[in-house]
Amino acid sequence: MKILVGYKRVVDYNVRIQVKPDGTGVVTDGVKLSANPFDDIALEEALRLREKGIAEEVVVVGVGPADLTAHLRNGLAMGANRAIHVVTADAVQPLTAARVFQKLIDKEQPGLVILGKQAIDDDANQTGQMLAALWDRPQATFASKLEIANGKATVTREVDAGLETIEAELPAVITTDLRLNEPRFIKLPDIMKAKSKPIDTIEFASLGVDTHDQLTTTHYAAPGKRSKGVMVKDAAELVAALKQKGLL
Amino acid sequence: MSKILVIAEHLDGKLNSSTARAVSAAAAVKPEAIDVLVLSDNVGTIAAEAAKIDGVSRVLTVARAENAHPLAAVLAPQIAKAAAGYSHVFAPSTTFGKDVAPRVAALLGVAQVSDVMSVEGSHTFKRPIYAGNAIITVEADAAHAVVATIRTASWPAAAQGGQSAPIEALSLDVSLPSHTRFVELKQGKSDRPDLQSASKVVSGGRGVGSKENFDIIYKFADKIGAAVGASRAAVDAGYVPNELQVGQTGKIIAPELYMAIGISGAIQHLTGIKDAGTIVAINKDAEAPIFEIADIGLVGDLFKLIPELEQAIG
Repeated sequence: MKILVGYKRVVDYNVRIQVKPDGTGVVTDGVKLSANPFDDIALEEALRLREKGIAEEVVVVGVGPADLTAHLRNGLAMGANRAIHVVTADAVQPLTAARVFQKLIDKEQPGLVILGKQAIDDDANQTGQMLAALWDRPQATFASKLEIANGKATVTREVDAGLETIEAELPAVITTDLRLNEPRFIKLPDIMKAKSKPIDTIEFASLGVDTHDQLTTTHYAAPGKRSKGVMVKDAAELVAALKQKGLL
Repeated sequence: MSKILVIAEHLDGKLNSSTARAVSAAAAVKPEAIDVLVLSDNVGTIAAEAAKIDGVSRVLTVARAENAHPLAAVLAPQIAKAAAGYSHVFAPSTTFGKDVAPRVAALLGVAQVSDVMSVEGSHTFKRPIYAGNAIITVEADAAHAVVATIRTASWPAAAQGGQSAPIEALSLDVSLPSHTRFVELKQGKSDRPDLQSASKVVSGGRGVGSKENFDIIYKFADKIGAAVGASRAAVDAGYVPNELQVGQTGKIIAPELYMAIGISGAIQHLTGIKDAGTIVAINKDAEAPIFEIADIGLVGDLFKLIPELEQAIG
């Protein structure tokens, strides 16, 4: 089985982003970029399936500008067999990303697609579900446990009520939650080895993906600030303050 | 004019309060009709509860055995079919809505607006990105239906009981896939208030130290009638089950009172509580980021302070 893994590059999760004063976007120049944390988990899970002999090949897929190659090399250094780079300078929204994946699925015929449950930049939480709909295959979102046997995936999902388990016939789309696994660190020799692994470059325009129905972002704003709080010196003072506000 | 279809969320035959919150957001669009769609194997009680929500025009029901559990692959084709003639399809931005709504949007061939926090116009919405550190205004194409999930913490639950909307059974000619099957749901049974709708929440973090120590948090929450939440660190360490996690990837909540105990306040946690009425932080580290957004802060050892708080409350 072949596994396709979505591997998005985002502003690092530790960066406190700033909105541009003119409301046209957020400041990304000179800001540290990293793999979307959920995508690292997706790649780790795919690699573990390969190590168990369930998958033969793990392919990382990135959609973005020319310099995304360096990011994809990180995925190769972590252990992916090869990478596909769909090149576009434009921002790609979830529906478009799902359509790109659908095109790649037609070509690659994977047994499984693993994506992160959301990207920490747009926080959309849509691409996996949209892809499963376009592909007309099962989806198992927010996965915290995955077992594959007899042509089906048994997936434990983190839902509001607790932990739900579902069975999905393969091929299927899985999206990862934080507790699925602990991604491995990249080792120096693997970075060297990754340099000789193949990256297929595909021009976005050559895929013939329809993009006209994207959402338009007209303004960016900083969130409303909470007013400065007060410090109290002991438990009695805290209780008094809460009683005064009618909260206790 | 707009006509909005709201997808009802329910569990164990009861309507979830997130549905009434999605109805509030629908009302903000000022539509000519708000219909609620109930998909279940047994729609009776759920539909009756939905009919009582103020502002609801009709409740539409689809009772099929396949709808016994909320499987997105099974529900989405039915919702997409039922959406014909509607300008908007809204679902709550809970794990239920997040799972099913994008599948509906893709079937309809439209983009989705996730986590709507305010309605600026029939096709213009505000939503948070970057863990709530930026708020964007987005416009959806007016030529297509708008599929959106509603950030429940931003909207009050619409009142109930003023009326009772008519309930109509819908018959949809849709063949459903059998490739996805429900196996089981393990619920953390609790008599405490529900985390997402509670007016008071007491949360514990890594500072609580162990699963056993978390009893002090449960006991204190019970004393003040609060729901219990947790940081990711506390869930990862196994102190509490995952459904208690508050934050960017857990639950986004807006209680009147939020007490963060032994929680440092990572960006990802703060996202989940920014809309709380009053935030109280108790932490032994005076430099912890949680104090930057706390309305009332108290520096000290939680194991000493919680018993003192209980005593002071009386």
